[in-house]
Amino acid sequence: MTVANPDSLLAPEEVAHAIAALEGLTGERDVDAWRTEHLGRKSRLMLSLRALGGIDRSRRAAVGRLLNEAKTRLGEALAAKQAALKARRTLDLAALDVSLPGRPLPAGGLHPITRTERAVVAAFASMGFHVIEGPEVELEYYNFEALRIPADHPARDAMDTFYLDGPDGAAPLLLRTHTSPNQIRYMERHEPPIRLIAPGRTYRNEATDATHEWMITQTEVLAVDRGLTLAHLKGTLYEFARHLFGEDREIRFRCDYFPFVEPGVEVSISSPDGWIEILGAGMVHPEILANMGYDPEIHTGFAAGLGVERIAMLRHGIRDIRRFYENDLRFLRQF
Amino acid sequence: MRVPLRWLETMVPLPEDVEALAHRLTLAGLEVTNIERTGGDWDRVVVGRVLEVQPHPDADRLRLVTVDRGGERQTVVCGASNVAAGQDIAFAPEGAMLTDPRTGDLRKLKKSRIRGVVSGGMVCSEAELGLSAEHEGILVLDTGRPPGTPLRDVLGDRVYVFDLTPNRADALSVLGVAREVAALTGAPLTPPDVSTPRPGPGIEGRASVEIADPDLCRRFTLALIEDVEIAPSPAWMQERLTAAGMRPINNLVDITNYVMLELGQPVHAFDYDTVRDRHIIVRRAAAGETLTTLDGKTHELSPERLVIADPGGAIALAGVMGGLETEITDSTRNILLEVANFEPASVRRTARAFDLLSDAARRFAWGLPPELPPVASARVCRLLAEYAGGRVAEGMVDSWPVREPGVRIRLRRSRIPQVLGMEIPPPAVRAALDGLGFEVEEDEETLEVGVPYWRRDVRVPDDLVEEVARIAGYDDLPAAPLGGAIPHHPPIPARDLRERVRDLAAEAALYEVQTYSLLSDADLRAVTPPELRDAPLLKVRNPLGEARDTLRTSLRPGVLRAAARNLARGARAVRLFEVGKSYHAAPGSDDGRPEEREAALGLIVGSRVDRFGSPTEEGLDFFDAKATLEHVLAGLRVSPGFRPAAAFGLLEGRTAEVSVDGRAVGVLGQVHPDAAAVFGVGQDAFLWELDLTALLEAAPRMTEPKAAVPLPRHPSAIEDFALLVGPDVLAQDLVREALGHPLVVEARVFDDYLLDASAAPGGARRSLGISVRYQARNRTLNDNDIAKVRRTILKRLKANHGAVVRERA
Repeated sequence: MTVANPDSLLAPEEVAHAIAALEGLTGERDVDAWRTEHLGRKSRLMLSLRALGGIDRSRRAAVGRLLNEAKTRLGEALAAKQAALKARRTLDLAALDVSLPGRPLPAGGLHPITRTERAVVAAFASMGFHVIEGPEVELEYYNFEALRIPADHPARDAMDTFYLDGPDGAAPLLLRTHTSPNQIRYMERHEPPIRLIAPGRTYRNEATDATHEWMITQTEVLAVDRGLTLAHLKGTLYEFARHLFGEDREIRFRCDYFPFVEPGVEVSISSPDGWIEILGAGMVHPEILANMGYDPEIHTGFAAGLGVERIAMLRHGIRDIRRFYENDLRFLRQF
Repeated sequence: MRVPLRWLETMVPLPEDVEALAHRLTLAGLEVTNIERTGGDWDRVVVGRVLEVQPHPDADRLRLVTVDRGGERQTVVCGASNVAAGQDIAFAPEGAMLTDPRTGDLRKLKKSRIRGVVSGGMVCSEAELGLSAEHEGILVLDTGRPPGTPLRDVLGDRVYVFDLTPNRADALSVLGVAREVAALTGAPLTPPDVSTPRPGPGIEGRASVEIADPDLCRRFTLALIEDVEIAPSPAWMQERLTAAGMRPINNLVDITNYVMLELGQPVHAFDYDTVRDRHIIVRRAAAGETLTTLDGKTHELSPERLVIADPGGAIALAGVMGGLETEITDSTRNILLEVANFEPASVRRTARAFDLLSDAARRFAWGLPPELPPVASARVCRLLAEYAGGRVAEGMVDSWPVREPGVRIRLRRSRIPQVLGMEIPPPAVRAALDGLGFEVEEDEETLEVGVPYWRRDVRVPDDLVEEVARIAGYDDLPAAPLGGAIPHHPPIPARDLRERVRDLAAEAALYEVQTYSLLSDADLRAVTPPELRDAPLLKVRNPLGEARDTLRTSLRPGVLRAAARNLARGARAVRLFEVGKSYHAAPGSDDGRPEEREAALGLIVGSRVDRFGSPTEEGLDFFDAKATLEHVLAGLRVSPGFRPAAAFGLLEGRTAEVSVDGRAVGVLGQVHPDAAAVFGVGQDAFLWELDLTALLEAAPRMTEPKAAVPLPRHPSAIEDFALLVGPDVLAQDLVREALGHPLVVEARVFDDYLLDASAAPGGARRSLGISVRYQARNRTLNDNDIAKVRRTILKRLKANHGAVVRERA
């Protein structure tokens, strides 16, 4: 290993010369070679710096200062050169067409009925209602009789029913025509206070058109407690309407008839196009409360049944209910 | 039900704004769905008076008619033979819109030249006014209104069309609606005149009735009207019936229909002279007894059916339809009038059984009061006397075996706010009940209310609360927020799982479909293994059609059909899923109900897309489908196992059974082309099915929050192995073997290929690359530690799976 003589090295002109040589270089490879030559471990500068210890103490400081100055100047020049090269490298790249589409990610999504059912559930959940579920294949007792709709009651005309044969000797079964059987099934086993919501499929044996479907998703709402009134029903449905349709909605009741409530009401919400009927509701009939073992003088309750398809049609401006079960991807992708 | 307003007006004064009244009726529970106009718009058509009729100079059958059309004379050509001076007629000037009697279309009346005479208007027939098909002669008016009066002020009507609820049988009548209007507006009510003019010799001894089955017939009355003359009914009655949707026939038929619409009580007229022994028996039909009804159809009866009979046999189906034998004919002179009350359910059953849902049957089925028959009978008698020249026999045969007492209800005042959540001032309560015909005695605390006989829907105190509320209106009802304790919310794991699967499947880029729960038998058999085809299917007894007659046991047919429809519409990549119920007969269940199981199905069919989203030649495959299933299961935090399996409808060698903790929870595989073709899918399709009910049983805590694991504090090391394995080895088993060592925290396949036969002389040609990560929780592993683990793993791989290291990668 050669030990350089620090004295003999690096006059300021020589440093200037080396910097000038660096200016002229254009390739990264050449700059790397320059760095090795002038600032590398085996460069004269570095060797001289390492040899400093061997020279006369009286001159050591002066030579050292000189060498370090040279090192600083060369180092700064190199840094500047490298920065310039890097900047050019960036500029040399072809610009992207940033308007091209991104690489496709496959997309999926939930059915609008699922989305709407969840929105309905969430609206009621925010008021302390919880979800229960019941069977779709029902007994006549739960679908009709316990709801004050005995055999041959004219209210059955509005609920054309699909019947199934039960097992031999058993009572005939039916596809539930509404989610109201959940009221009975729950009250049979629970005591007030009750706040429940029961979504699910229901079936009516009727021809389909743009506003009628033989299979629809309904949601039952039931609350039973001390001191519940029709005004609480209105307050609850008002809150629900605001959740689903926005702040400035209003609720209107008109008298309607369902055998399992008294009074019974048809509920409309305000819209820019006028009042739109969205559901049927009422106060749970005192006879049903009594049949469940509750005292109707102490506990009162309200119930409502709403069609999820109808709500979805209103929310999304869908005009034909049959779209929901055609499952056309061009439709499903819109939500 | 249709209520013509001119008719309604005879019983209660109507406000000017009939639309506002319709709205109030609707809010009060009698829903007016439409307000129709009868007889067209008649823009510009006026009452005219014929001043002069002259022969046409050039045509024998035409006349020149000079009309006063209201301060102005006009001469027009007219072809009708019944036109005569002095008549009031409907005059249409040029430009009026009239109905073309041949086509029924509206057209504008133009000035025309008829045989040389210019005619600038027309004297109209009923057909041209859209009133009826009659266009032989002109319509002669009898209005007493001066010429120039717009025709729509004297003819034509507006009609409320109601969609009523079945508790309100009382409102299935003009009188019922009038009562409601009176209650809402406070206007006085004028019920129809039911007094009997000039009674003839008594009915006593000339007709009799016997109710054999009083459970089905609560009351039966007979009246006798003699010497009637059959003729057209008066014009006003015909107009009202037509506007109400009934076709006028003759005075006898029209009067019975008129009274049914007016009072809501069906009545039936027998030809008195055809009733044997003038004796009526109301009884259940004998088995096998037959009856030919008015429509000419013969029905075989059973004891379920109530009939009206004479000693010779059935002569009418009670409440549903009369018999042909005793029908009123043109030669009928004497009428035996039945007005009765039948048990509603029995009438409804019979009407539905014979598909004879007449207006009468519907009224009986909705439930009529037994107090009404004598009122309706008197009204029919009065009208027959007046418009059919009949002589009403004095008295009435009336059998009313079981008389119900009048209903009285005690209503505590405090119950009103207890139910409604608002107070209604006592005067308003009183006014509402009075207006509806309730008899009220009240004090500070309570109301004692007598229910009028026609309101059979009002039976309990809360019914009265509704009566008061609906008349007062719900507009002032406050919206009160719910207060009090929120009831306990037990979790529903099955629902949580279902909704989670939906989210995960959508994240895995599948679109959710919802398909019908009812399918065709054939579709279900196509996805049912032969050995299970004997299991009973759940068939609907009264289906909408064969395509929808069976509850689904599988989601497969519905989703495959949805995919096929989308492919047929040009979709290139179809990625779908459904989460829903399947239904399985459970003969042993407590209540006979089937088992409803939760299922999920994912389906992938079509092409992969390129960098720009265009479909490529490369199809989506098994591992695309598997990726979506793995995403779902990973999201549920369960570790599935996949084993080759055979499954009906899926291709062997490309089908896996999916298990969790050793329990089968589903399948994954390529749909057999034959099975796909059944549902119209012609491309390679891949699906997975999960039995969510089984999955929940296998991993019951899966939807609960998972405990976090602290992050490792010591470094890990990774090593890759290339293993030569035999053809039956499953990659999953090698990975699990490696993971079986406590210091292996991760193991995964990174490569899988077949060697050339020459490079693998030993026969094992499959090379599987397995990458293993070593890590300890409590220290940094050194080279010796790792060497020890490696030796153990490689020994086990060789011993248990015949896998040998080909080289250290």
